[in-house]
Amino acid sequence: MGALQSLPDEPEYRDLSEKTGFSFEQIGILHKRFKQLSHNEDTLRRDDLNTIPDLSCNPIRTQIIEAFFDKRNFHQNGEGTVQEISFEEFLVVMSHFRPPALDMTEEQREIIRREKLRFLFNMHDTDNDGTITLEEYRHVVEELLSRSGALGKETAKGIADAAMLEVASISMGHMEPDEFYEGITFEHFLKILKDIEIETRMNIRFLNMDTTNLCK
Amino acid sequence: GDFFLMLIRFLRFVFVGIGLPIEASAPAYQSHGTEGSHLTNITNTKKAFPVLAVNYEHVRKPFEIALWILLALLMKLGFHLIPRLSAVVPESCLLIVVGLLVGGLIKVIGEEPPVLDSQLFFLCLLPPIILDAGYFLPIRPFTENVGTILVFAVIGTLWNAFFMGGLLYALCQIESVGLSGVDLLACLLFGSIVSAVDPVAVLAVFEEIHINELVHILVFGESLLNDAVTVVLYNLFEEFSKVGTVTVLDVFLGVVCFFVVSLGGVLVGAIYGFLAAFTSRFTSHTRVIEPLFVFLYSYMAYLSSEMFHLSGIMALIACGVVMRPYVEANISHKSYTTIKYFLKMWSSVSETLIFIFLGVSTVAGPHAWNWTFVITTVILCLVSRVLGVIGLTFIINKFRIVKLTKKDQFIVAYGGLRGAIAFSLGYLLSNSHQMRNLFLTAIITVIFFTVFVQGMTIRPLVELLAVKKKKESKPSINEEIHTEFLDHLLTGVEGVCGHYGHYHWKEKLNRFNKTYVKRWLIAGENFKEPELIAFYRKMELKQAIMMVESGQLPSVLPSTISMQNIQPRAIPRVSKKREEEIRRILRANLQNNKQKMRSRSYSRHTLFDADEEDDVSEVRLRKTKMEMERRVSVMERRVSVMERRVSVMEREGRWRGRVSVMEREGKCDGEGG
Repeated sequence: MGALQSLPDEPEYRDLSEKTGFSFEQIGILHKRFKQLSHNEDTLRRDDLNTIPDLSCNPIRTQIIEAFFDKRNFHQNGEGTVQEISFEEFLVVMSHFRPPALDMTEEQREIIRREKLRFLFNMHDTDNDGTITLEEYRHVVEELLSRSGALGKETAKGIADAAMLEVASISMGHMEPDEFYEGITFEHFLKILKDIEIETRMNIRFLNMDTTNLCK
Repeated sequence: GDFFLMLIRFLRFVFVGIGLPIEASAPAYQSHGTEGSHLTNITNTKKAFPVLAVNYEHVRKPFEIALWILLALLMKLGFHLIPRLSAVVPESCLLIVVGLLVGGLIKVIGEEPPVLDSQLFFLCLLPPIILDAGYFLPIRPFTENVGTILVFAVIGTLWNAFFMGGLLYALCQIESVGLSGVDLLACLLFGSIVSAVDPVAVLAVFEEIHINELVHILVFGESLLNDAVTVVLYNLFEEFSKVGTVTVLDVFLGVVCFFVVSLGGVLVGAIYGFLAAFTSRFTSHTRVIEPLFVFLYSYMAYLSSEMFHLSGIMALIACGVVMRPYVEANISHKSYTTIKYFLKMWSSVSETLIFIFLGVSTVAGPHAWNWTFVITTVILCLVSRVLGVIGLTFIINKFRIVKLTKKDQFIVAYGGLRGAIAFSLGYLLSNSHQMRNLFLTAIITVIFFTVFVQGMTIRPLVELLAVKKKKESKPSINEEIHTEFLDHLLTGVEGVCGHYGHYHWKEKLNRFNKTYVKRWLIAGENFKEPELIAFYRKMELKQAIMMVESGQLPSVLPSTISMQNIQPRAIPRVSKKREEEIRRILRANLQNNKQKMRSRSYSRHTLFDADEEDDVSEVRLRKTKMEMERRVSVMERRVSVMERRVSVMEREGRWRGRVSVMEREGKCDGEGG
């Protein structure tokens, strides 16, 4: 597609670039997309995201949209949800999906891994109490299987229960019959997912060239 | 009857040396016990009836084949019995050495050692290895890196071929080498034979070093996909070296040929793959022959594409990849195990035979040694590989999300081994090429160098450079859930971003697969089953089988954590004394129900109905054990439910009268389920 127009708001972009790590071109393209979704307003609402046709057949659509409006993902130590977000907050949420740079040290990769896993954790932990309870986990699996219809709820429960048992046995080892496993804490979450190399898996490609006009 | 025949044959064999009347004759099916009572065709004078006769010619071919295979396998057995050896030297090297010894032995005896016949190699020895590789190809890493793999396979091989061919031609121009008769096309032909990375050698060496998945799939995928390039280049230069000149039209046709060969091969493979999947839909009544369909359809795909001079290797890979998900959903567990083990067995035998024959052929083959040429070839191989990998990675890294590090590049470059395919292609060269012997010698030297030097040193180098190794991980339901979750998440975020990326197309393909393809290729109602549930079912099945085999609960849960620990408890507990009383009552009910349960064998979850086995008693035993497990956990849940009810009722002050009701209720609930 055609050359990018002269980038408006240069100093602002520089700020955002430093904060999120995107390049100027990437920020420009995402800004265009933001304006397209929000119908040229300054803030984005849930309904704007709801209308994206590509998301309509995604089983975890609600959770994805919620993640954009979750204050915990804005890196400002906030909590709770908001009704509308600005472009900066949009960018911050998107920055969770940037791949780590080639020349990063092991500690930096570890930090990035924690960040991405924190994002996932926040998606599951809807009541924000710091643990993923059995009910919340069941909800996650139910949503994942919501498209399959036929086998549905009972199986989802079975799978979620088995998964919870697995986490409990890996994290706690041994428990008395009357002890109760409260839920998956963030540390346990890190532990069970340490074999999925999340810093290489949870990335999407951010383009430097403008192709947003090619697809809705 | 048969036994008697065997006995007669054995006796014949044993008494060969002794001077009993022996006669090399046409095969005589001796009737049982009669001695000379039937005389047919007496044209000569009557001789003594041959009690024992030796007829080696009759069994010669199968006998020799069986003997070779047996020898190969005994050698393999021997290596693994020597403790230190197999850790230091890769098996492929040892087998080549054995081949050299055997070849030397045969030569000393005075016989002509057999050379690795190209037709035998391409039609019998190579397909099992490729099918094994293709059927068990890890799809996810392959598709994620397919761009990189293709670039290495196509452009890398082209670069190698032309670089080597060109420089060798330049070398031949030098007067002192004495090879001025070699023209450019011959050199390019040689370059194209030697440039391709060999899947057999790569598999043999990489299997033992357990390197991380990314590098493994890069090298391995490249070795598989470069077959198309090799086929085209080889045929192209063979044709041209006869004619002598190359025009632009020829080059253009060559490029077209490349696309035809590769895409045609894939198409043929895919067609046979779909046929196999479709056939497997109907095999529910004839489970025993299921594995044969997989093998035969794949072999037919290979042969069909070889018939049209398309890439047989790509056809095999495509066939295996296409049919696997559907076939595995349809066939029984035993068939799956059979397929797995037969493929591993055949590919193991093939690999062993290939390396031994390489050794034997080295001793046998006509050689023409030219120090400069051979040494230069080896050096150029290394140099062009390293340059190619570095150069291509530089370009590829601009397009990759996860870049290739220097360590990755090194292993990819160092793991570019040459093997038997190069040798066979060289052997196929017609004798009209005056340089054939020289080429063969050079090819063998390159193969020896890569397999011995690179094969032996790659393991210590991997340790030294601390390259990431493969993670040995048990299947984890959490990882599976999150893998699927990530897929959907990334597709969604791509949608929000507004560009059609990798995940978008993958999602579209999945949906297409689910709505149209699976419907036709998967038997029964299974096609609706989402992957997560299939995974969960497989995991449970594995645990159940483990339980039957070991007679105890699966080791995934070594702790005493059970459903009780994770079920949310909303109500405060009753006093200890009450609790004890209630527990006693309910455990008594539990015992009663356990006794009753043993005689039943119904399945509570329809999930397990889909799995049909031949052995009914095994099924019942397993189902009963699973049921018992479930019943116990259900009962435990009911205990906690009952406790809650008790505490509620206690608070409401009505429990006294209710205990007797609960006793009866407990019994009824146990029955009903």
